[in-house]
Amino acid sequence: MDLTTLTYTFVGATFALYIGIAFWARASTTGEFYVAGKGIHPVANGMATAADWMSAASFISMAGLIAFNGYGASVFLMGWTGGYVLLALLLAPYLRKFGKFTVPEFIGERYYSRTARIVAVVCLILASITYVIGQMKGIGVAFSRFLETDYDTGLYIGMCIVFIYSVMGGMKGITYTQIAQYCVLIFAYTVPAIFISLNITGNPIPQLGILSTMADGNTYMMDKLNLVVSELGFNEYTTQILGSKLNMFAYTLTLMIGTAGLPHVIIRFFTVPKVKDARSTAGWALVFIAILYTTAPAVGSMARLNLMNTIQTGPVGEVTANIEYEKRPSWFKNWEQTGLLKFEDKNGDGRIQYYNDKNKDFAAKAESFGWKGNEMVKVDRDIMVLANPEIAQLPNWVIALVVAGGLAAALSTAAGLLLAIASSISHDLLKGIFKPDITESQELMAGRVAMAGAIAMAGYFGLHPPDFAAGTVAIAFGLAASSIFPALMMGIFNKNVNRTGAVAGMITGIGITMLYVFQHKGIMFIPGTDFLGDMSPNWFFGISPNAFGCVGALANFAVAIGVSKMTEAPPEHIQHLVEDIRVPSGANAAVEH
Amino acid sequence: MNKNEYWKENLRLVSILLAIWFAVSFLFGIILVEELNMIRVGGVGLGFWFAQQGSIYTFLVLIFVYTKKMNALDRKHNVHED
Repeated sequence: MDLTTLTYTFVGATFALYIGIAFWARASTTGEFYVAGKGIHPVANGMATAADWMSAASFISMAGLIAFNGYGASVFLMGWTGGYVLLALLLAPYLRKFGKFTVPEFIGERYYSRTARIVAVVCLILASITYVIGQMKGIGVAFSRFLETDYDTGLYIGMCIVFIYSVMGGMKGITYTQIAQYCVLIFAYTVPAIFISLNITGNPIPQLGILSTMADGNTYMMDKLNLVVSELGFNEYTTQILGSKLNMFAYTLTLMIGTAGLPHVIIRFFTVPKVKDARSTAGWALVFIAILYTTAPAVGSMARLNLMNTIQTGPVGEVTANIEYEKRPSWFKNWEQTGLLKFEDKNGDGRIQYYNDKNKDFAAKAESFGWKGNEMVKVDRDIMVLANPEIAQLPNWVIALVVAGGLAAALSTAAGLLLAIASSISHDLLKGIFKPDITESQELMAGRVAMAGAIAMAGYFGLHPPDFAAGTVAIAFGLAASSIFPALMMGIFNKNVNRTGAVAGMITGIGITMLYVFQHKGIMFIPGTDFLGDMSPNWFFGISPNAFGCVGALANFAVAIGVSKMTEAPPEHIQHLVEDIRVPSGANAAVEH
Repeated sequence: MNKNEYWKENLRLVSILLAIWFAVSFLFGIILVEELNMIRVGGVGLGFWFAQQGSIYTFLVLIFVYTKKMNALDRKHNVHED
């Protein structure tokens, strides 16, 4: 079978599975719609959480980031996994004991304040929408590259699928589909990695492959990679850093506390039967996430090695060692068509030279070879995972599988985020603030309408991506890290933080983070309004805007505790509430819905 | 049941586990990475290995140790569910 037919078969089969599950797991109560009736086993819930968490970005972009940033990309690996330790130890069991449906609901009750609840809803919706846009774009791109439809059609198909199972099944439907999606995506990620690791190092386990020697000799694979990239003037793979060490520290910390503060992840811990299940769910989620995250360094480094070896086939400087453009492999041609890979024959020799022309020492040497600059003028990092099986010359069915996996990753995350948005609108805003006397079936209906609305809106943004879409990831993590995480943590661990302190802290945290991002990236990301310029000399201690959320979080903690000291202590019943959520016994007693 | 004692023991456990969490990621993976890279595991430095592999494995162990210890603590202080 040819690639297109195979891809249609794989994608079609997985979509049929997701819809089948949706019919089987329809939600009939608000409890089932919001938190799957609190009846999901921790292992199953961990798997669903993993699918929810690992988005198109984890599946498609992360290995590319690793391939080109080497050691520097460790911030993503540690940041996006270390957050689960914070979740398990500091938040999950207590939020489950509290036993409500949404994150703003906890913040509103703990700080006995509607203002706090509304601030939390705003943060939650902003952070979630930012994320959804990215997922929708991922779906459109995957369809247009592999199913040869146009981008818009791909997006509509994706929206229909999400609509069917999330509106009908709510959290219950989403959880069961996510379990299926996890299986698809992890299989799709690890199978090519195993093949490639076996090809390069002879070791079928990618995690060990990166520690092994090359299949054809005594050099270690990583030493070989370091040699290949530094011979062409690039930074050495295992030592290149991201900005400065302080920046890496701040970046990792921001991603960790941002992960622990993202509402669509926290919401999963409301869906387990018991407090002790909330603890182990975080562990199981991390098991399933770690399978992909510990494979990613192998995928990234081996893809880089394969890419370099494809272009530079022999010793640097020898004319025949650079591949002729006319003899370029077919994956090269395919990706050139998408515009994500671009070649420009600067010295007119008909061969491809790929090297770091920004490295002055090497550029001088390159000139002596008759090279006139790096000719791979564009290598989009996002193509690495999708192109990887083609670069390694794996069979077509592996490529088809990777497409289905990428779609599973994007769909599962989109559904989880949309549920977080829908539940905060129908439960926090409508039932919590505007119409407290709404009946359960009305609220369920409202939840479904809000979900449909959220899908339509995400689709709109997917069709017309705002110019600032790429920059908003900084905001999503910044918001979650600087507002939601500190408010939740202090709510549990510090009885003295009161309403005024919490609201002041959240606003300070968001304010500082947003101001820093805007002053370097432009107000609302409009070019030209970035009054301090997006360049490292102006960064505060060299910390990049994406890494600044942890500074906002520190300010949040300081302001909230300071203000609470100066204003009156929280009322008696709130102090009892905090004491009560600290112990597991009596869980569910507090849930009256 | 003594809630204060339970909470204190909980905080002690969480502090120890978070100290390890900090050590394997921020300390071994970032701050001391050059020093640790002098020690080689297979083809990579130990610091690099912690940053891209070791920290993640340790995180897993930390969560499961926490779960096990907390379940025991719940029973000891008789604050477990059911």
